[in-house]
Amino acid sequence: MASVTNTNTAPPVSPEVLAKPAARALREALGDRVLSIEDFRGDLTITVERRAWVEAARQLRDHADCDFKLFLDLCGVDYLDREDRPERFEVVLHLYSVSRKHHVRLKTPVPESDPRVDTITGVFRGANWFEREAWDLYGIVFKGHPNLIRLLTHESFVGHALRKDYPTAKRHVLKSSKEVLVDIPPGSENLLVNIGPSHPSMHGTFRVQALMDGETVRDAEAEIGYMHRNFEKMAEERTYWQIIPYTDRLNYCSSFMNGHGWALAVEKLLGVPAPPRAEAVRVILSEFSRIMDHIICVSTNVVDLGAITPYFVMFRAREDIYTLLEACSGARLTVSYVRIGGLAQDVPDNFEALCRAALASVQEVVEAGDKLLTRNIIFMKRFKDIGVMDRDEALSWGWAGPCLRGSGVDYDVRKDHPYSGYEQYDFDVPVGTVGDCFDRYLVRMEEMRQSVRIVEQALAQLPGGPVITDDKRVAIPPKSEVYSNIEALMNHFKLIYEGILPPPGETYGYTEGANGELGFYIVSDGQKHPWRVKVRPPCYNIYQAFPHMIRGGMLADAIAIIGGLNVIAGELDR
Amino acid sequence: MTPLAEELLVTFVKIVIVVGALLGGFSVMTWVERRSLAFMQYRLGPNRTGPFGILQPIADGIKLFFKEEVMPVAANKWTFLAAPVVAVATALLATAVIPYGPPFEAFGRTLQIQIADIEVGLLFIFAVTALGVYGVVLAGWAANNKYSLLGGLRSSAQMFSYELALGFSWVTLILAARSFRINDIVDTQAGGFWHWNVVVHFPAFIVYFLAATAEVARIPFDLPEGESEIVAGFHTEYASMRFALIQMAEYINMITVTVLLANLFFGGWHSGVPGMPESLGGFPLGFVWWGLKVAFFLFVFIWLRGTLPRFRYDQLMQFGWKVLIPVAAVWVMTFAVLWVVVGGGPR
Amino acid sequence: MMIDAVLFYVFAAIAVASAVVVIGQRNPMYSAFALVVTLCSVAVIFGLLGSPFIAVLQVIVYAGAIMVLFLFVLMLLNVKREKDSPSRGQRTLSGVALALVTVLVLQAGAVLLRSRPTPAPDYDASTFEMAKILFSPHFLYAFEATSILILAALVGAVVLAKKEL
Repeated sequence: MASVTNTNTAPPVSPEVLAKPAARALREALGDRVLSIEDFRGDLTITVERRAWVEAARQLRDHADCDFKLFLDLCGVDYLDREDRPERFEVVLHLYSVSRKHHVRLKTPVPESDPRVDTITGVFRGANWFEREAWDLYGIVFKGHPNLIRLLTHESFVGHALRKDYPTAKRHVLKSSKEVLVDIPPGSENLLVNIGPSHPSMHGTFRVQALMDGETVRDAEAEIGYMHRNFEKMAEERTYWQIIPYTDRLNYCSSFMNGHGWALAVEKLLGVPAPPRAEAVRVILSEFSRIMDHIICVSTNVVDLGAITPYFVMFRAREDIYTLLEACSGARLTVSYVRIGGLAQDVPDNFEALCRAALASVQEVVEAGDKLLTRNIIFMKRFKDIGVMDRDEALSWGWAGPCLRGSGVDYDVRKDHPYSGYEQYDFDVPVGTVGDCFDRYLVRMEEMRQSVRIVEQALAQLPGGPVITDDKRVAIPPKSEVYSNIEALMNHFKLIYEGILPPPGETYGYTEGANGELGFYIVSDGQKHPWRVKVRPPCYNIYQAFPHMIRGGMLADAIAIIGGLNVIAGELDR
Repeated sequence: MTPLAEELLVTFVKIVIVVGALLGGFSVMTWVERRSLAFMQYRLGPNRTGPFGILQPIADGIKLFFKEEVMPVAANKWTFLAAPVVAVATALLATAVIPYGPPFEAFGRTLQIQIADIEVGLLFIFAVTALGVYGVVLAGWAANNKYSLLGGLRSSAQMFSYELALGFSWVTLILAARSFRINDIVDTQAGGFWHWNVVVHFPAFIVYFLAATAEVARIPFDLPEGESEIVAGFHTEYASMRFALIQMAEYINMITVTVLLANLFFGGWHSGVPGMPESLGGFPLGFVWWGLKVAFFLFVFIWLRGTLPRFRYDQLMQFGWKVLIPVAAVWVMTFAVLWVVVGGGPR
Repeated sequence: MMIDAVLFYVFAAIAVASAVVVIGQRNPMYSAFALVVTLCSVAVIFGLLGSPFIAVLQVIVYAGAIMVLFLFVLMLLNVKREKDSPSRGQRTLSGVALALVTVLVLQAGAVLLRSRPTPAPDYDASTFEMAKILFSPHFLYAFEATSILILAALVGAVVLAKKEL
C-alpha cells in the first residue's frame, strides 16, 4: 500500500458526509481500512484498501444500514502518470440500494507492480463479466475469478486496450475463433449447437453455445465482443459534445435516450442544468424512444415464437415516431439531437401535431398487439413460467429496467430519482410478480401505455423559452450573435477550440434507458477530454444471466427468453 | 382400341390433369399465401410481376431454376440428392386415390377426376403420408448440419405422433360408410348439410383438422422448420431447385389434406342444400361447391399462419399424445356404442 | 397375366437386393433406408396377390411407424459407421455359409413335405373377406388376445423406462 494513505487512524471525513448511514456503517465495520469517504455532486464515494475490497462489498450488501443489493457496474480506471493518485489503477464498483434509494461508489487503488485484487463474484454474480472486462481492457487480475479470460477483445489480442499507454494505432490480425465455449463432460454424446453469431433469432451479433441433449439445453455459455469498437477509448480522445454521436450507436433502437443520458451526466458534472423547455422535449422524445424500443422487443420476441403478424402490426408505430424524430433532428436512426445543456435546435412548428399522430398510432398498435397476444393460449403457454428470474437473483446479476421490474423489484429511475422534470408527470410503474417471460412482456406493454400518458402530460404543459442553456462555458452562442458581435465570436472560437472544461472530479449520471438504468461514469481531470468514461449498459448485466437461465430448459425456451431480454449488440459490446 | 388400352389412356390423361393441376395449384398457393399474409400485416406482398403480381411464382421458379446448386462438403451426397425427390414423390403418390370433384358424364361414359379408385383409398393415403416423413428425415440427416438434424428429429417425432390421431379421426367415418373408399364416404353425406360428417362426427373433425395441420407442419405446428430456433430445420442446407422441390412437396401435402377435409367432412361435392340442381347447362355444379370448400380451407391454413405463434416441442408432443389421441379414441368408442344402440348400426 | 408377372419379378428383385444391402451396409442409416425399400417392395407383392389391405398395413405399420422410430433413435444417438474389424473376412465367410445351409434346409423341407408344388388356391383376399375371417369365432379370441398382449408389452416398456427416468 502506498505510504500516503497508510495511517492507523480513520481518515478525517466531513460530518455531513458521515451523516449518511452507509458511510458511517462502513467506517465502523472496516475502521482504518477505509481510506476516504467523499461526496461530490451527491455521489457518495468510499475508497477502501485493497485487502478490504471483498469485505467492503459484502458489508455494503448485507449491513442493515447499507442494503446495497443491486449490483450496477464494476470497472477499472488507469491513472497513468497522475501525481494526485496513490497508485496507477483503481477498481470502481457502483451499487444501488432499492430500499434506501441510494447509490454508492466503492473504490480501491491497485498498484501497477502487482495489479491484483480479490474477485467479488462471490458477493455479486453480476461482477463476473465486469471483472473479465476489467482484466481484458486494463490487465487487472481478479484473484479467484472462475473464468478470467478475455471478453470484449479477441482471445489472441495482445495488450490491454484501455490502458493509457496502449497505442491506439496498433493493429492486430486476428483470425481464429474459439470453437468450444462450454465444458463438455468426457464421453458425452450430446450435440454441441452454436446459436449465433449469425442466427435468425440472435438480435445482433453475439453467440451462445449450447450443449444439447435432444431438445434440452444441458449447458450453455455466451460469447460477446463481435461488435466491440471500444467506445470508451474513443470517448477519451473526444470533447464532451463530440461524444454525443457515439452514444447514438449504443442502443441504436432508442438512440435519443443514450444522448439524453450522456447530456445529463455531463450536466451533473458541470452543475449546469438545461432549460425547462429542453427538458420537456427531452422527456417527450425519450418516452417515444422507449416506446420504440419496447415495440421492437415485444414484436421481435413474438416473431421468434413464429407469430409474424403482431410484428408487422406493431412495427407501424415506429414509422410515425421516426417521422417525428426526423422533423426535430433531421435524422431518423442516430438522431444526435441532444447538446450539453439543452438541444441542438428548437422543435419544428408542427411538433405537437406530429406527436399527436405518433401517439394515436402507438395507442392503436399497442391495443392491437394486446388483442393478438395477451390472451392467446399458445402465447401464454410459451411465455408463462419460462425464464423465471427471482427477485434476489435479478438484483445480484444487476438487472435493471423492465426485466428487473418483471421480477418484482419496484425500481424506476424516473420515479425514484426524477430527472428532466419527471416529478411533474403522473405515471405508474408496472411491476411483475413471477419474473417470467410473460411478466416481462406485460411490464413492457404497460410501460408503453404509461409512456403515452407521460407524453400527453408533457405536451399539454410544454413550456416556452430557450432550448439550450445560456451558460457561455457550455453552449455555443446563436449564429446571429456570432456573426454580429465580437464577444460571441470569441466565445464560439474558445468553445470550439478548447471545448467544455468541467471541474476535476467524478460523477455517475444515470437515467432510465429503455432496457434499464443507463449509467455514465465520468472521470474528469479538468481537461477538454474526459479522463475516463464508463458506460453501464443495462443489457450487459441482463445478457450475462442468459446462459444460466436457459440451462435445463428447452431450446425453444431459450429463443423465447432471449427476445424478451432485448439485448442490443451495440450497447452490449460498446 | 382394346378396353385395356383405353383404360390406360384414360388413366394417363387423368394423371396428367391431376399432376398438372397440383403443380399449378402449388404455384398459385405460394402467391395467394404471400399476398393474403401481406394484407393481414398491412403490407402489399408481391405485386410487381404481372397483374396483381400473379406471375410472381413463375419469376420465383425461373430464379430458383438458375440459382447455383449448393451442397455442403460434409453432406452425404446421394441421400442429400434423393431427399427432395422422395418428398415430392410421396406427396404426389398420395394424391392418386383422392377424387377431385363429382363424377360427370362425358365422351359417352361416366368419368371422375380420380386416378385410382381403390378399395382401401383412405388407408392408402395413410400409408403414403407415413412414408412422406422419409423425405424430411433424409434431408435432415444427409445435410450433416446440426440444425438440419434437429429438424429431422422433430419432424419424425411429430409426424409419427400425429399420424395416429389422424388415423383415429377417420375410423368413425369408415365405420359409418362401411368402406375405405373416399367416394363412399362422400356419398354418405349427400342431402342436407346436417348429413355432413362435420356435424355427425364433430369431435373427429376437430381431431382431423389439428392432426392434419401438424402433419403438414403448418403454424402452430411448424416445428420441423421453426426458423427462429433451428434456422430452417431440415431444409437449412437446400437451395435452388432442390429447395423448390421441398417447398412443392409441402404445398402439395397441404392441398391433399385440404381436399380430404372437404371430401371427408364437408360433403365433398354435395351442396348441402336439399333441392339444389345437380348441374347447370350441362356443367356439374358439384365442382363449384367442392372448389369453394377447398379454397376456403386452404385460406384457413394461411389465416392460422397469420394469427398464431408456434408450440414448443414438448407441448406439441403432449398435445398429440395426451389430448388428441385420447379424444379420438373416446370418440370412436362413443360413436360405436351410439351407432349400435341408437343409430341402428349392425347388431 | 403378363403384367403381374413382370411386376412381381421386378419388385421381388428389388426386395431381395435391398435386403442384401440391409445386412451388407456398415452405415446403420443406409441399412434402415434399405429396409424401408424392402418393406415397400413386399407390400407391392401383397398388392399383386390381390390383398391391398395387407399391402397397405405392411407400409403403415412397418415402413411408416416402426422404421421411423428406428431412424429417430439412430439420429438421436448419432450412431456412426461401423468400424472395420480384423476378423471381417472370416465372419463374412461363415455368414454366407450359414445362409446357404438355411436355404438348403428350407428347400429340402419344402421338397419333402410336398413333392410337387401346386398352384395356390384362388383366394378372395379383399378387406371384407379378411375382416370376416379375422372376426369369425375361429380367430376372434386369438386376435383380441394378441392386442392385449401387445398392450401389456407397451405398458411394461413404459414402466421399465419410467424407472430409469
